[in-house]
Amino acid sequence: MMQIECPWCGKRDEEEFTCAGQSHIQRPQNPRQNSDSEWASYLFERSNPKGVHLERWRHTFGCRQWFNLARHTVSHEILAVYPMGAAVPEHISTAGDGAVEEVVA
Amino acid sequence: MSEKVGSGPLQRLDTRHRVDTGKPIRFTFDGKTYTGCAGDTLASALLANGVKRLGRSFKLHRPRGLLGAGREEPNALVQLESGGFDEPNARATLVPLYEGLKARGQNAWPSVERDVLALLGVLQRLLPASFYYKSMMWPSWRFYEGAVRRLAGLGKVPQARDAQQYHKRNLHCEVLVVGGGAAGLAAALAAAGSGLRVVLMDDQEEFGGSLLGENRFIGGRPAAEWIAATLQKLSAMADVILLPRTSVVAYYEHNFLAAVERVSNHRGPGADLRRARERLWRVRAAQVVIATGAIERPLVFADNDRPGIMLASAVQTYLNRYGVAAGRQVVLLTNNDSAYRTALELHAAGVQVAAVVDSRGDVNGPYQQALQDRRIPLLAGRMVRRVKGRREVRAVTLAEHLGGGKLGGDKETLTCDLVAVSGGWTPTVHLYSQAGGRLDFDAGKACFVPAGCAQAVAVAGAAKGEFGLRGCLAEGYRLGAAAARAAGAAQIADITAESCDDWPQAPLQAYWFTRDAAAEKQWLDFQYDVRVSDIELAWRENFVSVEHVKRYTTAGMSVDQGKTSNINALAVMAELSGRPIADVGTTRFRPPYHPATIGTFAGREVGEGYAPRLLLPAHSWHLAHGAVMEDMGWQRPQCYLRAGEDFDAAVRREVLAVRRSAGMFDGSPLGKIEVKGPDAATFLNRLYVNNAITVKVNAGRYGLMCNENGVVIDDGVFVRLADDHFMVHTTSGGAVRIYQWMEEWLQCEWLDLQVIVNNVTSQWANVTVSGPNARKVLQQLDSDIDFDAAAFPHMQFRRGSICGVEARVLRASFTGEISYEISVPARYGLGLWEAVYELGQAFDITPYGVESLMVLRMEKGYLHVGADTDGTTNPLDLGWAAPIDRKKDDFIGRRSLSRVNDLRRDRLQFVGIEAVQAQAPLPVGGHMVSCANPVLPEQTQGYLTSACISPTLKKSIGLGLVAGGRARMGEAIHIYADGNSVAAKIVSPTHYDAEGVRLNG
Repeated sequence: MMQIECPWCGKRDEEEFTCAGQSHIQRPQNPRQNSDSEWASYLFERSNPKGVHLERWRHTFGCRQWFNLARHTVSHEILAVYPMGAAVPEHISTAGDGAVEEVVA
Repeated sequence: MSEKVGSGPLQRLDTRHRVDTGKPIRFTFDGKTYTGCAGDTLASALLANGVKRLGRSFKLHRPRGLLGAGREEPNALVQLESGGFDEPNARATLVPLYEGLKARGQNAWPSVERDVLALLGVLQRLLPASFYYKSMMWPSWRFYEGAVRRLAGLGKVPQARDAQQYHKRNLHCEVLVVGGGAAGLAAALAAAGSGLRVVLMDDQEEFGGSLLGENRFIGGRPAAEWIAATLQKLSAMADVILLPRTSVVAYYEHNFLAAVERVSNHRGPGADLRRARERLWRVRAAQVVIATGAIERPLVFADNDRPGIMLASAVQTYLNRYGVAAGRQVVLLTNNDSAYRTALELHAAGVQVAAVVDSRGDVNGPYQQALQDRRIPLLAGRMVRRVKGRREVRAVTLAEHLGGGKLGGDKETLTCDLVAVSGGWTPTVHLYSQAGGRLDFDAGKACFVPAGCAQAVAVAGAAKGEFGLRGCLAEGYRLGAAAARAAGAAQIADITAESCDDWPQAPLQAYWFTRDAAAEKQWLDFQYDVRVSDIELAWRENFVSVEHVKRYTTAGMSVDQGKTSNINALAVMAELSGRPIADVGTTRFRPPYHPATIGTFAGREVGEGYAPRLLLPAHSWHLAHGAVMEDMGWQRPQCYLRAGEDFDAAVRREVLAVRRSAGMFDGSPLGKIEVKGPDAATFLNRLYVNNAITVKVNAGRYGLMCNENGVVIDDGVFVRLADDHFMVHTTSGGAVRIYQWMEEWLQCEWLDLQVIVNNVTSQWANVTVSGPNARKVLQQLDSDIDFDAAAFPHMQFRRGSICGVEARVLRASFTGEISYEISVPARYGLGLWEAVYELGQAFDITPYGVESLMVLRMEKGYLHVGADTDGTTNPLDLGWAAPIDRKKDDFIGRRSLSRVNDLRRDRLQFVGIEAVQAQAPLPVGGHMVSCANPVLPEQTQGYLTSACISPTLKKSIGLGLVAGGRARMGEAIHIYADGNSVAAKIVSPTHYDAEGVRLNG
């Protein structure tokens, strides 16, 4: 069970949180102009990296606030916690789509 | 059954051991009574009583004796106690003896000694790995399942409720040391005393690890003295917690470990039941030192599973710890030096050692010299050809070992009643592997050793492949101090390891299996009856991955998780496929390391402690008036029973009362979410399928919500309290979910919207008055609200005071009658309920429950999201094309509704169903088919989602989802379930008051 640094409440056990998968997925500005495949990509296509994954978490049994988290999917090392709407922190180099190139744990 | 007295001769030696022969303990095994003594395990006591067969094997029912002396034991699984204390699959080697203990052998009938099913052994060639999948295909596996389950298996699942308690505790520490042997004690001692919280956990009855079973010296004195001195130092330190009888079973992310403490197991049913039987420790440690030791491996030769063939380390433990000689005439069989100590100690205790048989041809070191000094015969370059004796070993015939498991000509035959075997040692790396640690194969030691882990963990001693005692101490001291430093200790003194009686050891010779013996007679996994022939079969059938071989053959998959068999099995795979063991690799270990009771994980969260009960403000009133309660998240009345009335009659009476005059319903669980802010209307307009912008202040609107995939997730009425303030009513079960849904969109997507949401569901009690006389009832109340039909029409909202209390009244209906939903602060809920009930007596007001409400809404054809919709239903399926067309703006899920699949005409659409025969009940969940007697398999055309015999209409009606249903009004259809079908026709969902005259009256 991971220990997650909630930006508002501090370090808490993973069981207080809910993970909602990949973050930085922007809802299309005008969905009616999207093709079926663009819409399907927004709805369903997610990355599944072996390495750093940028994901959305909510402190469900705490402050109820959402935040972003960069986690290594093999070592479960948490490399960054940052607010919703913020850019990916500089020390995490993205390879796009929420997948980040492998960082040696 | 009368108890018989066991007749085995007692073999307690007059040597230094750790049991108290002055304290006899009586116990029974398989109905016979025996005597052991304090300090014994069930295994050592049975061994002392001469009981050689403790179990039957899983598949072939071969008689089995003890192989080990501790956690590695694969054979001696027993069913312990009965009733509320029943425990299957207990290891006899881990059960401390207590007065009156009762145990039975498993997987045998009538007893382990006389197991009728042993006949299966004759059929062993017919029962290879995977024979179930291959031979039990016709007519189906189910045909055989019952018989197979009776034949094969472990213990019986307890039937009675567990009479014991289980607790949980959280523990935070800087240094956690797992394992209290030489390395672990040293590590704890080195880390302690610096103000850090140091915890030492060990799974045995007492600290000392393998030293308890060995006759070793530390610093020139018996190891027991060093253990006692070390424990004394540790227990004197305030920040040290010592937890014996505590098995660390799981190692998760971020140094979180789970451990099970056996608080009172060792007292059996006689324990104080007010105390916990077991305690789950949830540990978060800054640094972890794993010192879990190593487990000896058996050697693989023909009939190597016969009773009387035992691990050399186990023989040594029974001798030194329990004072029991496991045999009278012993042959030692080994490929390494460690087992020589067992021979020397047996000899010193006066047990006859027939010979030490060594697979290595050329060995000459201090151990061999010691044998020579004591005139113990050494037969080097030999291995076992065959074992004599079926129920227990009587002799072994040796052959020349040519190397690599190949045998030459037959040599000596040795008479014996015990063969002590050692195939080398396997470090206990389970926890390290669970932590994510990598393992490398050490060819010299023929074992996997830790090779790096991302977590803050170190491995000390035999668990790391360090098999010398002084090395274990040195490693323990060093890594304990290092862990303390890493956890922030400033002043940690290094401790120098004491001198020990280690002798230089010659290299081990890998011996994985015997090439020139029948493969189906060489056992790898004793617990699941997996043999060399099974691995051969997997290899012939082209299994390459070790993970697949494991699952195909079931090697290492039983309750012991392959503690003695994993390495042998994968080494056989490597040998057969000609690959190095390092390339074959090992399987990833998973929790738990050792089986843990479910009760430990459940803890106090059982029965009433499982979940909090949500009670309505008027709960006591409901109970006093015959409410039949059901747990629906909230405890809610289903209906109110009157004297002599059954459930169906009560529902019928309540429904008719609402239709005739007036009813009252406790709607307090109705979801209530306040949405407030300058952008509140914009926000709801994006969430709802409907237009939220055009809703006027003090008006309500019924709305649907979708997810982005266009699937309906909730419905309800939302009310505009002010320009910037809404009250959103969700379904009773959906309040928390929709509240979270709103927060998710506001926090993750639309950070620019100025809106706050608040779930106030439990802050407002709700009394709903419904029926043609509902208005008249409300007009009796002391209120400043004008309830006149013209002043307060359907779907309008009013605020005011009722009986002097702030109230919110919404005229909205889920029954089809005139209905007012009155909300008051929760603390006035009971008072309002009683007031309405009293004033309503003039109109024969009738309280009605959820079941009656369901009938009322079904008659009216009102949708129940989740019952009448499934995970594919979109608003178009509910007939909402027109309102969607009228709405200009986007909403969640709108884009999905224009996909080809969402527009198909043959989608499952919401319709009403009416049975042809007025009193024929319609089966909810039944499938729509076109003929009365369908020939299966038949294409389903949808299914029935709700049904009742309508008291109002005196007809059997329902609601359902039918392919292209809205274009099929009046069409005949059959509802099929469980071999029967009911004739029906498709109708409009609105069975009752289609014009809405009553609703708007």
